Amino acid sequence: MTTSAETLQQKIVDSLGADLRASEVFRGQAWIEVASDAVTGVCRRLRDSADLAFTRLAALTAVDHWPAEPRFEMVYQLYSFPHQAFLGIRAFVAGETAALDSLEPVYPNAVWHEREVLDMFGIRFHGLSDPRRILMPTDWVGHPLRKDYPLGYEEVQFSFNAREIDRRKPYAAE
Amino acid sequence: MGIETKLGNLGILTTSLEKAVNWSRTGAMWPMLFGLACCAIEMMGSQAADYDMSRFGMELMRPSPRQSDLMIVAGRVSRKMAPVLRRLYDQMPDPKWVLAMGDCCSCGGVFNNYAIVQGVDEIVPVDVFVAGCPPRPEALIHGILTLHDKIKGQKITEYA
Repeated sequence: MTTSAETLQQKIVDSLGADLRASEVFRGQAWIEVASDAVTGVCRRLRDSADLAFTRLAALTAVDHWPAEPRFEMVYQLYSFPHQAFLGIRAFVAGETAALDSLEPVYPNAVWHEREVLDMFGIRFHGLSDPRRILMPTDWVGHPLRKDYPLGYEEVQFSFNAREIDRRKPYAAE
Repeated sequence: MGIETKLGNLGILTTSLEKAVNWSRTGAMWPMLFGLACCAIEMMGSQAADYDMSRFGMELMRPSPRQSDLMIVAGRVSRKMAPVLRRLYDQMPDPKWVLAMGDCCSCGGVFNNYAIVQGVDEIVPVDVFVAGCPPRPEALIHGILTLHDKIKGQKITEYA
């Protein structure tokens, strides 16, 4: 039995109170916006509440809005089994020293998601038990999914430039 | 030569050592399981019953590089995987060959970006490239037969 998004939004607004900055319903899913230092506390309350019971972290990712400030937007999706509904949470983080508290104490599966955000965007998480890169090699420099990171493509070989590109390409000897 | 003309066709084979060695190398060439991405499915399909590769000597696929002759690089090679691929290639004993299956390992394929190596010949020397995305099992078998032809044309001075 699915609770409607509006009912869910009302319940969350009532239970969270001052921590909530904004809330909306978009295409059948409730979304709330919180401050970046309040994310862990809000998620813990949503998880432990007997009525709401958002016990599953479904997604954890980030968006880069460069050059607009605040630069990064953390996006979380929680799922509640009794209500059979998703909840979206967004938190804006400034670009200069992008860091916030890790969600690992609340949802243990957040480790790999936060490692991916660390690798791709460079946002650091306090209290993350395993702060290594997960997708790129360990000695990689840079954060690929930022908007000011180069695409890194190789020039396409057509018939007029094929020989020049061939000369500069690093082929393996043996 | 003299024996054949004297005794007629008794089925005596007069081959040179080179032909014998080349033929025996192509006869039982066991590939190494190096399926990285979608091309691996087509490689499995060509090894399985319908497009049997065992008829060409590739009886089974060895996951261990030390027990295999041919490395079929099937799929895209990412920058994180590249040193691993080179290490496995170095662990294969001579004689060894590399077949680049599909577009991604031949030239980067559709992925022209920071994360994918633009052609596995930047890392290992490749003997045969098979084009396709993914190549059909018939195309892979054609590539393997091309490799067999290449080996049969090798001179003994190259490896002895």
